[in-house]
Amino acid sequence: MSAETVASAKPEAPAPRGERFWRMPILVWLAAGFLVLVAVIATFAQVLMPYGYEDTNLLFRLKPPFWSSLSIEGHVLGTDKLGRDLLSRLLVATQVSIALALLGTLIGAVLGTVLGVLAAHYGRLVDEIVMMLVDWQAAMPFLIIALAVLAFFGNNFYLFLALMGLAGWETYARLTRGLVLSAKEQGYAVAVRALGARPWRLYVRHILPNVIGPLIVQLTLNFPQTILLETSLSFLGLGIQPPLTSLGQMLGEGRDYLLTSWWLAVIPGAVIFITTLSMSLFGDWLRTRLDPTQR
Amino acid sequence: MNGTSHEPAPILRVQGLAKRFPMPRERLFGPRPMLTAVADVSFDLTAGETLAVVGESGCGKSTVGNLVLNLLAPSAGAIAFEGEDLSHANAARWRARRRDLQLIFQDSRGALDPRLTIDRQVAEGLDIHRIGAPSDRLEKARQMLDSVGLGGHLMGRYPHELSGGQQQRAVIARALVLEPKLVVCDEPVAALDVSVQAQVVNLLQDLQRTYGLTYLFISHDLSVVRHVADRVAVMYLGRFVEVASRDALFSQPAHPYSRALIGAVPAARSRHGRRVQPVALHGEPPSPLFPPQGCALNPRCPFATDQCRQERPDLRPLPGGGFVACHHVENLL
Repeated sequence: MSAETVASAKPEAPAPRGERFWRMPILVWLAAGFLVLVAVIATFAQVLMPYGYEDTNLLFRLKPPFWSSLSIEGHVLGTDKLGRDLLSRLLVATQVSIALALLGTLIGAVLGTVLGVLAAHYGRLVDEIVMMLVDWQAAMPFLIIALAVLAFFGNNFYLFLALMGLAGWETYARLTRGLVLSAKEQGYAVAVRALGARPWRLYVRHILPNVIGPLIVQLTLNFPQTILLETSLSFLGLGIQPPLTSLGQMLGEGRDYLLTSWWLAVIPGAVIFITTLSMSLFGDWLRTRLDPTQR
Repeated sequence: MNGTSHEPAPILRVQGLAKRFPMPRERLFGPRPMLTAVADVSFDLTAGETLAVVGESGCGKSTVGNLVLNLLAPSAGAIAFEGEDLSHANAARWRARRRDLQLIFQDSRGALDPRLTIDRQVAEGLDIHRIGAPSDRLEKARQMLDSVGLGGHLMGRYPHELSGGQQQRAVIARALVLEPKLVVCDEPVAALDVSVQAQVVNLLQDLQRTYGLTYLFISHDLSVVRHVADRVAVMYLGRFVEVASRDALFSQPAHPYSRALIGAVPAARSRHGRRVQPVALHGEPPSPLFPPQGCALNPRCPFATDQCRQERPDLRPLPGGGFVACHHVENLL
């Protein structure tokens, strides 16, 4: 009887899962499509850009984009105050912002996950210290910390990247700690221990693969926050410094010309908005997909 | 209960084992209540025998298994395996020793990593203890799976693709591929259908004969215990109240609690067809947080006297063999 049910359930069981996975709402499809576009831009910005992003041409300053009768041939999105091609700058800015956010998110994820595992493994004092740091980090407005650090130590790309990494690590730490604490009590974790495995093998081979789902989802939710932090700091002039550019920095520069050449600020602003929105939509969908209780 | 001179040296000697769990404080600065899960448990295991530990759920029998394997740190007591005192062994020594001391779980599905195929999981013990050449390990694991009846296409399956009995076979294969000497079976068949139970019990017995295994068999199921055990230890509220050979216990249980337990099995009859006189216990087992003074059974025992309410009886040998912790056992038999 039980063998029968197993046999009959087998062939059709995997099919609906794969099918349903691709049955995404139209909004999620759009979001995913936009993210792919952003990924392509971030990878191939140097190939795609029609001009060098630093090339100035003071004869064509603040030219409007293609829809205006004042636009000039070759500069699809117009030019900025130094006559630099806005499209080329936008491509590079997207690349820089995405790369920073990606690296920052990854640093935060790795740092938080490692600390979370350590807290769950050692317990007691280590746990207390890690959770105290988590609470401290969660209680401080991170923008204030970042402002203070950058004001004290001056701006430098690696320091900025490190700050990006520090933003949001505490969510991973808290999440990982909880997941590992419950996974540790599962039969398979006890079994691996009873086999004589070292903790390293237990965590790397068994526990982490089993808890990685929620962590990946957290990654997709944290990513837009990191983009926003980067753009906020760059907007305030504390992030990426000229001549290099980023979406936030473009937004900050464009703000001065909001009344006369509004597109300088609005276009990068729209890119930020749509990218983070897409990421959030996709991440949210992924979370409900991977969480069996919400399926 | 220590081994006498004419018996072979025991493979496992457990003395005075105890486990207390600290419970949350009731008041902010109040004392921490201690829950005594296991108290003063001593026994010897001879190589090749099966000692069953029986008792109600919550009596501490699973804790005994976990303490023997050092999956829980004992609060007191000594464990010697093959003459080696392991009570002060460090983590590395225990890891190395685990090759000889294995565990079979009740919840076989939970005991398997859902993200690895079962042949990989069986091979993992060989990886951990570096047994054989790395390239041969998967092959050896598959042979082991084959010998527990999981042949062919089942080997590359994930745990959720197997039935409960097949999962338990995989768990057994994972424990036995290391060729252990002592296996703690913690309710190995409790979660299985009755028809599958018999298969798994028979498999365990076959493997015991093939590999000369020693089993510490933890179960609440007396019919299974009657089938597999050589000796039986009856546990009540964290203590052994009776240790006897299987035949003696099932035909003539001495301790009032054993008599209640065995008399409760409908088919429990001695070999001569005489029905075991059941003892009716009053009420429910007390909370292990507040064990009664004296004999732990006294509030429920129909034979309890003032002595039972004040003095805790020790396990003492009976003339006919076996050990019983009861002040009045001679009068009751």
